[in-house]
Amino acid sequence: MRRLVENFFCMLGMEPKKPEHPAQISAEVRRIMEIKREDKSRIKAHLHDQAHRQPRHAWRNRRWAVLVAVNLLFMFSFWLDIQILEGSLTASRFVGFHLIDLNAALQVMLAHKHLIVNLVIGTLTIFLLWVLLGGRSFCSWVCPYHLVSELTEKIHLALARKKLVTDHEFHRGARTVFWVLFVALAFLTGYTVFETLSPVGILSRALIYGPGLALAWVFLLLLFEVFWSRRAWCRYVCPIGLTYGVVGTISPLQISYHVEPCFHEGDCHKVCLVPHVLDVTIKGRAPVAEMGLGPDCTRCGLCVDACPTGALRFEVKGLSKLL
Amino acid sequence: MSAPESKNPATPRAKPVISAEKGRRARRKFIRSVMLLAGIIGASLAGILPVLQAGVKRLRPPGALDEKDFLASCIKCGQCVQVCPVSAIRLGDLDEGVGIGVPYITAREQACDFSCDAVQYILACPTGALTYTKPGFFPVREGAGLSSLPILKARAGEPEPALNLKERMGLARLTRPEACLAVQGKGFSGSARETTFKGRMRYMEVDRWKPIPVIDHPYERELCDLCVTECPIEDAIALEPFTDADGNQRFRPVAREQCVGCGVCEMICPLEFPAIEIESRAVWEMNGEGA
Repeated sequence: MRRLVENFFCMLGMEPKKPEHPAQISAEVRRIMEIKREDKSRIKAHLHDQAHRQPRHAWRNRRWAVLVAVNLLFMFSFWLDIQILEGSLTASRFVGFHLIDLNAALQVMLAHKHLIVNLVIGTLTIFLLWVLLGGRSFCSWVCPYHLVSELTEKIHLALARKKLVTDHEFHRGARTVFWVLFVALAFLTGYTVFETLSPVGILSRALIYGPGLALAWVFLLLLFEVFWSRRAWCRYVCPIGLTYGVVGTISPLQISYHVEPCFHEGDCHKVCLVPHVLDVTIKGRAPVAEMGLGPDCTRCGLCVDACPTGALRFEVKGLSKLL
Repeated sequence: MSAPESKNPATPRAKPVISAEKGRRARRKFIRSVMLLAGIIGASLAGILPVLQAGVKRLRPPGALDEKDFLASCIKCGQCVQVCPVSAIRLGDLDEGVGIGVPYITAREQACDFSCDAVQYILACPTGALTYTKPGFFPVREGAGLSSLPILKARAGEPEPALNLKERMGLARLTRPEACLAVQGKGFSGSARETTFKGRMRYMEVDRWKPIPVIDHPYERELCDLCVTECPIEDAIALEPFTDADGNQRFRPVAREQCVGCGVCEMICPLEFPAIEIESRAVWEMNGEGA
């Protein structure tokens, strides 16, 4: 009753009053305030634990939505003849503008040893697009093989937890050797050798033009990843990823790491396709207070979702300072 | 002082154990990586098979570069597939030995009848694997070039009736003359192909811009001449008279120099096995005959 009156007079112009006597404060509130005063760190730890237990999937869901939407746009452009994004992931036209995958373009240029205007235009457009959008963002936000292997990775992890399979790591330098070898093969044989193996091209064409036997190769790769080596194609083989990675070197869009809020717990490592980019999050590794994760990061956002303290964030270089 | 001394003998012993294990692991990882390299590169070399098998002659879409250059330049995007109004163009699969994702045409199932009127799908090709104008440094095989641009029957009366096509895809040849209805002096009536046939063709008298299924367009001929009348190109094929062994005056279809090798004659031939077929990449021999 007393509070009701007070609130009413408050409305008419009176200043809100502080309780004059401890007796006016309930026992429950007194207890809570006591804990708050004495145990600040315990409450923080409690909230932190809660964040670990309730994983967020905000960025993953956004990313999957974009990936599915892009590939559906490819499919419907042909199936329904809406002609918005014609072609497949190796090369296409977006409402008439040529877009050409950088790795496919490189292979064709080296095999064919001749350039035409459309090829140059399409390659430059895609180059600029991924310079802006973060290079390997192509991998996690567009590549259909990435999505499929992300799903089969869950099977691998489940089997690994039951100790039925173990992850056999390869040297990451293998991907660089592959890149050089496929470039050399294209140049020497005069044929885009890598394209016959590329699960990206095979999957993209299967989605758009209908499935074929070539999908068997993609299936074999997935089996290999489930039973032998986690995410082996993307981590150790794919030259497309390396090509886009090189482009991403100068990209302003990145995931940035902030040392101050980081608890160095390593949750980000566990979900990452390219965990070496997160080595800066290990205690004592960070040379500066804030930094980008580097060109090999696919900007997938799994670490951003996994981090309970907001130490990892999407950022556009320069833009955050401007704002 | 005694504490470090007692530790010291332990450390040298412990250290090599750990680093030996580390070394073993690193060595295994290295060997695994080399095996991965060998495996993937080995598998990719299977991809060169189509180049080595260039002898396996598949019909390439009109405007395609010569086989080797075509295989080198095709980026396997399928944009040509998307533009073709009769879906004549397909992409090669793993087992077909024509390069995964590289376009080809199976004339018997669906020939290119130039329904699009202008082979404009060439414009869709981002790499110039399909082109109107081949750059000078790509040689034209002798007999592959057309002496003049082919006239499209469908556009015969128009100011620009020619197709922008400078080389042939192949040549029509009468491969089973003994089976040919015209050679036997026989006529033909009914649907040109079996009822399950899915191929389509443009019939100017039906709809210029909408190809219809071939089986929906029955024929009635005193003497079978479907390969001649249905040929989309002017002057590309004709019935030529000859006298057979029994002294009968008969006719046989013969491809002329204007034949581009589109394959409509092969598709429309009403026999179970076509009497006339396209030999892909065949060239016109000046002294000889096409068929």
